[in-house]
Amino acid sequence: MAKFGMKSWLLGAAASIAAFAGSAANAVEIEYWQYFFDARVAAMEQLIENFEAANPDITVKMTHFPYADYRTKVAAAIPAGEGPDVVQLFYGWLNDYKAAQLIQPLPTDAFPADQVSADFFPMVGAMREGDNYWALPTAVRSLALFYNERLFDEAGIDSPPETLDEMIEIAKKLTKADGAGNLTQVGITAGMNAQDHHWFREVLVRQMGGEPYLDDYHTVNYNSDAGVKAIEFYTGLANDHKVTAFGFMDEPQAAFKAGRAGMHIDGSFRIGSLNKTRGLKWGVTELPANAAGERFNYSSYWVNAITTKAEGEKYDAAVKFMQYVTSDEAMQIWLDVVGELPAKPSVGLTDSNANNPVFGPFIRGLAYANTTKFANESGQRQILMDMVQRMDIEGQAATDAIAVAAEAEQKLLDDYYASN
Amino acid sequence: MYRNLTIRQKQIVWAWAFLAIPVLFYVVIRFYPTGNAMLISLQNWNLLGDRTWAGLDNYAKLMQDEVFWKVFKNTFVYLLIGTPVSLVISFIIAYHLDRVRFMHGFIRMLYFLPFMTSAVAMAWVWRGFYQPVPVGLFNNYLAAAGIPQIEFLRSTTNALPSILAPAVWAGLGFQIIIFMAGLRAIPRSYYEAARIDGVPWWTVLFEITIPLLKPTIVFIVVFSSIGFLRIFDHVFNMTSNDPGGPLNSTKPLVLMIYDTAFNAFDMGYASAQTVVLFLILLIVSLIQLRILRDR
Repeated sequence: MAKFGMKSWLLGAAASIAAFAGSAANAVEIEYWQYFFDARVAAMEQLIENFEAANPDITVKMTHFPYADYRTKVAAAIPAGEGPDVVQLFYGWLNDYKAAQLIQPLPTDAFPADQVSADFFPMVGAMREGDNYWALPTAVRSLALFYNERLFDEAGIDSPPETLDEMIEIAKKLTKADGAGNLTQVGITAGMNAQDHHWFREVLVRQMGGEPYLDDYHTVNYNSDAGVKAIEFYTGLANDHKVTAFGFMDEPQAAFKAGRAGMHIDGSFRIGSLNKTRGLKWGVTELPANAAGERFNYSSYWVNAITTKAEGEKYDAAVKFMQYVTSDEAMQIWLDVVGELPAKPSVGLTDSNANNPVFGPFIRGLAYANTTKFANESGQRQILMDMVQRMDIEGQAATDAIAVAAEAEQKLLDDYYASN
Repeated sequence: MYRNLTIRQKQIVWAWAFLAIPVLFYVVIRFYPTGNAMLISLQNWNLLGDRTWAGLDNYAKLMQDEVFWKVFKNTFVYLLIGTPVSLVISFIIAYHLDRVRFMHGFIRMLYFLPFMTSAVAMAWVWRGFYQPVPVGLFNNYLAAAGIPQIEFLRSTTNALPSILAPAVWAGLGFQIIIFMAGLRAIPRSYYEAARIDGVPWWTVLFEITIPLLKPTIVFIVVFSSIGFLRIFDHVFNMTSNDPGGPLNSTKPLVLMIYDTAFNAFDMGYASAQTVVLFLILLIVSLIQLRILRDR
């Protein structure tokens, strides 16, 4: 039996070597790089398999690195003529990659800019420059309001909030305190360190009638009445309505996972880890609208781009590969395997996807989402965290706090755009 | 040619042959990156593009950066509280532990255990202790006793000492072992002579024990100073939601360097900060060696 197994294995190996040698004669091999994340690698393996089946003369070799090393490796490899032909990068890094001449624009015949703009959700327009797109996503992420169904039932709440006012009323019913007034369960989590800084920038400021940035995100514009209203609303959750505490249970998502928070704003990437949390029954709904019924959302995404290393037949193969990974089929696979949202309405807004109880609220959010063009996301997040800390710990007034934050962020943007 | 050398010359050749390996290692692993960092501090570089010449711009920016001066101060607060406190506590413990015979090895092991524990794991456990109710151990006790909660980490005044406490505790074991070795090395005959003369214990302590421990104290002071000036793991892991916060009140220089290099990708500016840290370490160590050396 063992002998037979060995023999058939050898036969199989010989056959595959022969097949490999046969196709290798006129095959093009291109390299694809992404950072390591289990589900993303699994999804990409499936995409590569499908792509190779459809294009027998092209093979795609995927390499992945830990997130921490990713940028350094890419930066070292491409100028040396090594490394990827198609590379994955965070949308916020596009400027840096363009300036360092690591990537080239997508060809207009395969990716006509107007057609792409019509096909993709609007925030992908951040990747366009004139008549060219520089990079395109397979999948995108957005925000929504998670809620704990058990706590909702316990408090006798039938449906999740539709507006900000309803959200506060529901949060009040969900908040619990001990005898000394220390919160032991919060109505809604709060923490600029998590996703709340996106909620503030792109959602609350707009809902209060403002425009967070001007000049293509080069000018800070939230130092306005709308900005003050937005930050007063946000800190008011803790200070006036007392339905939350900053730093409650260390991290917002930890409080929600532990069943100590009624509601929690987070991204679609959280779905997987919430599904793995035992004993947590959760639902999700769109971010609450303002009194006028206006809704906004924030979207971020990873994109794929063709590097400057790809030339000749490798370039042609890279273009074909880019076309495949931005196709409807690839997006559906990515949604099923990774749980990230399709970047095109044609896939996202199909009946089954848009009405999916889990993905639906996120996908519907994409239609009214904006994408912040960050110069340094963690630096800009830090500025908003400090703003809330100054109000919360040092008792600074909202108007002063937002003025200081706007000035600091403007300086960060000016420094960045002066040197890039 | 080798044959014609004298035995002494042959010994020198062999000595260099063996020394070449560590020398080469140090040049490649230490001196080259150090020199490179100094060079990058005079340039602008975002890791991706070309390096461009910046002259002393990065240093000028540093002098005007409020955050840098805040961080500079924090770094010295870590040093000026951490080193004396850990020195005194570890000496007191070692002094008494030296006299304990009962379960001596076991007690010594208990003190040494935190030193062998991963700083990251320890920082996260302490971070849990410091949380407000309902999860924080300390605040749960306070709340149960009817005492108002203390904001350990979400406070601009309490956060730094709260982070320093486990860092001091973690280093104690090592310092205690060194102190005990130093205490054992003091000849018994001095103590016997003192006892015959009927000298009180504090005179023995201040006239015999401490003066003879001077080399040990110099070693521990220099060693722990360098440690506190380079503090990173405890701060980063206990404040990873808001690294070095709140409002930069706990941020040490190393954390600022990390943030500048790997979040802002401003390698030139980060290198300038690194060069400053290097100079601080050099100056502090030289001063300590000078003050504490034998007359």
